[in-house]
Amino acid sequence: MEQAPRDPERQLQPAPLEPLGHPDAGLQAAVSEEAEGARDEGSGEGTMTENNFWLKKIEINVSEAEKRTGRNAMNMQETYTAYLIETRSVEHTDGQSVLTDSLWRRYSEFELLRNYLLVYYPHIVVPPLPEKRAEFVWHKLSADNMDPDFVERRRIGLENFLLRVASHPILCRDKIFYLFLTQEGNWKETVNETGFQLKADSRLKALNATFRVKNPDKRFTELKHYSDELQSVISHLLRVRARVADRLYGVYKVHGNYGRVFSEWSAIEKEMGDGLQSAGHHMDVYASSIDDILEDEEHYADQLKEYLFYAEALRAVCRKHELMQYDLEMAAQDLASKKQQCEELATGTVRTFSLKGMTTKLFGQETPEQREARIKVLEEQISEGEQQLKSKNLEGREFVKNAWADIERFKEQKNHDLKEALISYAVMQISMCKKGIQVWTNAKECFSKM
Amino acid sequence: MDMNSFSPMMPTSPLSMINQVKFEDEPDLKDLFITVDEPESHVTTIETFITYRIITKTSRGEFDSSEFEVRRRYQDFLWLKGKLEEAHPTLIIPPLPEKFIVKGMVERFNDDFIETRRKALQKFLNRIADHPTLTFNEDFKVFLTAQAWELSSHKKQGPGLLSRMGQTVRAVALSMRGVKSRPEEFMEMNNFIEIFSQKINLIDKISQRIYKEEREYSDEMKEYGPIHVLWSASEEDLVDSLRGVARCLDQCCKATEKRMSGLSEALLPAVHEYVLYSEMVMGVMKRRDQIQAELDSKVEALTYKKADTDLLIEEIGKLEDKVECANNALKADWERWKHNMQNDIKSAFTDMAEENIHYYEQEQIVDFLQLQND
Repeated sequence: MEQAPRDPERQLQPAPLEPLGHPDAGLQAAVSEEAEGARDEGSGEGTMTENNFWLKKIEINVSEAEKRTGRNAMNMQETYTAYLIETRSVEHTDGQSVLTDSLWRRYSEFELLRNYLLVYYPHIVVPPLPEKRAEFVWHKLSADNMDPDFVERRRIGLENFLLRVASHPILCRDKIFYLFLTQEGNWKETVNETGFQLKADSRLKALNATFRVKNPDKRFTELKHYSDELQSVISHLLRVRARVADRLYGVYKVHGNYGRVFSEWSAIEKEMGDGLQSAGHHMDVYASSIDDILEDEEHYADQLKEYLFYAEALRAVCRKHELMQYDLEMAAQDLASKKQQCEELATGTVRTFSLKGMTTKLFGQETPEQREARIKVLEEQISEGEQQLKSKNLEGREFVKNAWADIERFKEQKNHDLKEALISYAVMQISMCKKGIQVWTNAKECFSKM
Repeated sequence: MDMNSFSPMMPTSPLSMINQVKFEDEPDLKDLFITVDEPESHVTTIETFITYRIITKTSRGEFDSSEFEVRRRYQDFLWLKGKLEEAHPTLIIPPLPEKFIVKGMVERFNDDFIETRRKALQKFLNRIADHPTLTFNEDFKVFLTAQAWELSSHKKQGPGLLSRMGQTVRAVALSMRGVKSRPEEFMEMNNFIEIFSQKINLIDKISQRIYKEEREYSDEMKEYGPIHVLWSASEEDLVDSLRGVARCLDQCCKATEKRMSGLSEALLPAVHEYVLYSEMVMGVMKRRDQIQAELDSKVEALTYKKADTDLLIEEIGKLEDKVECANNALKADWERWKHNMQNDIKSAFTDMAEENIHYYEQEQIVDFLQLQND
């Protein structure tokens, strides 16, 4: 069974909007060409639709893969695969498509794009890339990144990634994404100029927050558990599936040996010869049918793998929330302590330990003027702190609201996609059974004629 | 379904059995029914061995009764085979299951081994019963009917071990000569059986390998279904789909087990019997060659007037008869054997194909149902 090629019509709005949380985009607004948002998986169903006032539709294809050699950052020769991305705009009225842009990208550039999106859209469940290295391999598949089957599956995965981004109501409007599709040279520099790497949260900071946060939103805690379970169950499933595929391959291929031996045997038989010979042929057909069957199954496995990696994207959103929440808690704590200090200075009571208090004891009490000065400083800090806390609170709530909206969108997408994948798996199995019935019916006929 | 062997659960009346069974060459005349069952372990100070119960039901006049029950051990079967080979050197005697299985055996007497052997022993006896000549062999009758002590005393009669060994040594020397003067038709037979033996051995190995691969596939599948159930625990909207897939996979597992048991009950024993049969046939060819060689050496002696001419001519006369008998016996039996082989192989493989069709049909039904639910 063939996987329907995933290149529905995609919308693309070149006009950028400022990504959430990023104060200065530094990006130019392009001519506003409006686009339509609908995800079409070949069945005509859309998961999201936007106002239909966009005039042009865009198609995105990752149509080719090519082996190339070049020099890497350390001036050493390397071999890599480049992928051709073609973007077409589709005239609404007559459905004709015109090639508007065509450029080559390699996997590392996709990674760069995604890392950028992760930094600038921390409240979005950012679509994952296909795996960097082949995992969950069974013996026939090569774990080599240059293997043509792997490259082919990666090509499809990259196309899927672009389509997911392009069909996301917020991500599709990003300028860097637009440039990724349209500006071959200099794109890397443009991305790096945004300075996104500097704005990324450090892993250590995030880990710290995860442990120390006191009051994260319960929904995010649950989401985190869910994503852990999802990741664990899908990896388990993929591992077993790979083993099952391996065994199934063995069963089919051994039958192929019958073909050869029957053929040799038929040479000495007068009456049985024809039957043996033709039965042998069917055994060969049976044995070779497994290759296509398992290739189709590999596409199914890739669909599951996407959601395996999506689990990580979910966790990233949770981590960001924890980080923001922790930040908020720290700021509140800091503010409270400053207020207390101020109060103590004002009333003269010393309840909290402070360095000033110690030095006062050691070096003598400070003058009233000095105390006034300190109180003033603290009051300024407190006022600043209160402002900051207010805005952090606001930011935090905005984040939770927007993140949760995207998570709901993601959940619907996931349920839809996984259900379809499971159905397609059942269809694949049926097709395999059909082939099996046909081959063995033919073989049986040959045997009965012996 | 072609039945050359029986399950022990057969009705008692021999006449009613005639109507139920379709067999090799005498559809209406089968009057001897044999079952082998109830393996029992016996432990003595010297050894441990297994005996099998053999029930014979017959309507033949030369048997004193219509039903017999005896216990025999593998050694007794070996004795019977030896006697049959002696009495009919150029008939194709059915094969016995191997003495030991070399590979993969932990205990000599594990259950699978005993069951496989029991089935093969039953087949052996029924093949003899169905053979137009062998079925009337006296030793065969004794084997089926005599009590233990009667059998022991019967065994002690006949040519001793030493004389048999002496014959063997001479036979080897003669067989080389016999090959050279082999008539055309027996050359063909020999070529056939050599290639057939190769091929059937390969098919035996392939079939065993398929069984092994299916076993491993089934083992992995056992784990595959439950994962989907586990997953459904954390997904609200996908519960039905996931459980549906799990059901399919479990059904697939069961269907695979059935396919495997079909293999082990029908195809594997049938193919393996012919592996052993081909060895028997090659042995028969050799013996024919030896008999031929005996004649040829006497004829040569006559040519060179090495010994008493009159005596030689008499001996040659006898040997010519012997050779002619042997050749005719073999030719007839060869045709019969080939015919049976064709039927047995055809039937075994047709059944295997049928099992496979059934397997895929089952799976398909389950998958369709799963789709409908979605």
